[in-house]
Amino acid sequence: MKRRHLLATAALGLGLAFGGAAAAQDKTKACFVYVGPIGDLGWSYQHHQGLLAVQEAYGDKVETAYQESVPEGADAERVLTQMALSGCDIIFTTSFGYMDATNAVAKKFPNVKFEHATGFKREAPNVSIYNARFYEGRAIQGHIAGKMTKTNKIGYIGSFPIPEVIMGINAYYLHAKKVNPAVELTVVWAMTWFDPAKEADAAKAMIEQGVDVIASHTDSTAPLAEAAKTGGKVIGFGQASDMAEYKPSPRVTSIIDNWAPYYVKRVGQVMDGTWESIDSWEGIASGEVELGEITDAVPADVKAEAEAMRDAIAAGTYHPFTGPINKQDGSVWLAEGATAPDGDLLGMGFYVEGITGDIPK
Amino acid sequence: MFGGIDPGLLIASLMVASVPILFAAVGELVVEKAGVLNLGVEGMMIMGAVTGFITAVQTGSPALGFAGGALGGAVLSLLFAVLTQVMQANQVASGLALTLFGLGLSSLLGQGLFGIKPPLTPDVPFGPLADIPFIGTVLFSHDPLVYLSVLAVAGVWAVLSFTRAGLVLRAVGESHDAAHALGYKVRRIRVLAILFGGAMAGLGGAYVSLVRVPQWTDGITAGAGWIALAIVVFASWKPWRALLGAWLFGGITVLQLNLQAAGSRIPVEYLSMSPYLITILVLVIMSSGRGRAALSAPASLGQNFHAAR
Repeated sequence: MKRRHLLATAALGLGLAFGGAAAAQDKTKACFVYVGPIGDLGWSYQHHQGLLAVQEAYGDKVETAYQESVPEGADAERVLTQMALSGCDIIFTTSFGYMDATNAVAKKFPNVKFEHATGFKREAPNVSIYNARFYEGRAIQGHIAGKMTKTNKIGYIGSFPIPEVIMGINAYYLHAKKVNPAVELTVVWAMTWFDPAKEADAAKAMIEQGVDVIASHTDSTAPLAEAAKTGGKVIGFGQASDMAEYKPSPRVTSIIDNWAPYYVKRVGQVMDGTWESIDSWEGIASGEVELGEITDAVPADVKAEAEAMRDAIAAGTYHPFTGPINKQDGSVWLAEGATAPDGDLLGMGFYVEGITGDIPK
Repeated sequence: MFGGIDPGLLIASLMVASVPILFAAVGELVVEKAGVLNLGVEGMMIMGAVTGFITAVQTGSPALGFAGGALGGAVLSLLFAVLTQVMQANQVASGLALTLFGLGLSSLLGQGLFGIKPPLTPDVPFGPLADIPFIGTVLFSHDPLVYLSVLAVAGVWAVLSFTRAGLVLRAVGESHDAAHALGYKVRRIRVLAILFGGAMAGLGGAYVSLVRVPQWTDGITAGAGWIALAIVVFASWKPWRALLGAWLFGGITVLQLNLQAAGSRIPVEYLSMSPYLITILVLVIMSSGRGRAALSAPASLGQNFHAAR
């Protein structure tokens, strides 16, 4: 008797839960998965700013939820499944490593929309991919690095050897080399997106070897904090977020990821039913990639050149990967005047000519 | 110079890199010597990191910041002490819970601290000594906490080996029933050991947020507490070996980044896994053959004690 009673209660509870889900249908639920803590002041922080913008844009009509520091791998699949079950209408997975998990879970929940950042797989009709052309910002950073370095050694802290990062390294190097043929690039792979102590150590190792301009592709401000200890001898760039607290030096400018317009647009499309699976890759022109203020630590002429390059990229008159460009092994990648097709960039697995070292497999 | 790497600078930076795990490991070593297994090191470290950061920013004094960090770690460990020594809760579960709680609480306390820079911790002024080539770089160019970490190892070693207090602590860890029969206050001693462990972990955490990465971000310790726990086992509960372990681990981490920066031809994958590989290797060597006896853990490790039982 008792057991039956229990079952009945459970059934009732289940019914209530479903009823609750049904009642919540008029509210659109947007969910976000972050790879780091929202307090990283970098990558995940910027995505969270996007969530806040969605909340502000739609107010009561939208409900948001997020989970931070979700490891890339099996855990991600579990988190995504849970989110889909909890009534999310659209789920943004904001790191490259969620690619397979996103597609796997999307197949199981055809009614939930999935948006995967920085990936290249769309295996289900309810998966979209979106990215920003960060390499455009990297090109400008490279120009500044080439002009500013006194030791002719510039550095790049890589996270993982994925096209996204390799693209950044190549753009950075090409534009430094263009203005300073003597420049040498040192790449250190941290093999993590977020580990402040390790990022600081990587920056320190570079500084000890004479590198005086450091760009980083990891998520914390630790490399800038390390550069700040040198008292102005070493400069760096804000990554993902403005990192304005390190102005005017070592942070001389920054790449700011502005996801808010995209998130607001896409959540709006879910609301009015016009959402479609797309492959979005916008850059400086549409405002997804912003260049942070160039500080006075940069000479006025260099600043003017950097801003001119930004404007040219925004106007579509200049592509950061314009030939002639050779691959590291000397073979031709882009002929004179040719610009890189998006497909080449999204699958980029090689360094351009002049960079030493190998990309980890 | 070996391929662009200056050995003096390398040794100096490995000493700095291992300070947080060394503090935490030495503290945990004392806790485990008293027979308590506290898996909450990561939680206590990050609490120390945030409370130390807050104190240093509020007072403008790095020294007070470190004191605040130690206090923060100790206060959190008090929770563990109450759970396991008073309420007789399971130590493994309580320790894991302490880590999760510490991570969450630190994140809460750290709201609004983003972007603030803490006061700089100055190096100990050794004057002309610091200018001696190599030796000056390695020995005389650090902040006070680096020296304190080595002193802590020496102090723990001396107390455990040569003093009555150390003997009692070890007795409690080896056989709490025998120690109780002799009239020692097992629980009180264990609570004190836990508090010491918490303070040391907190100090290590404060070093991360005040010196190594002078800023606050969520999850700043990024797993250092777990490495400290592993180093205690690696050290087979001997303080000097904990120093060796911490330097070895910190050293290889720094070395692999330096090798990459110097353009070494060794693939990055091997370099990245090398700290862990070498740790495993040393563990295997130490636990084989005659060394096996030396690996013995305190006999009452992880067991709760109740006088009425």
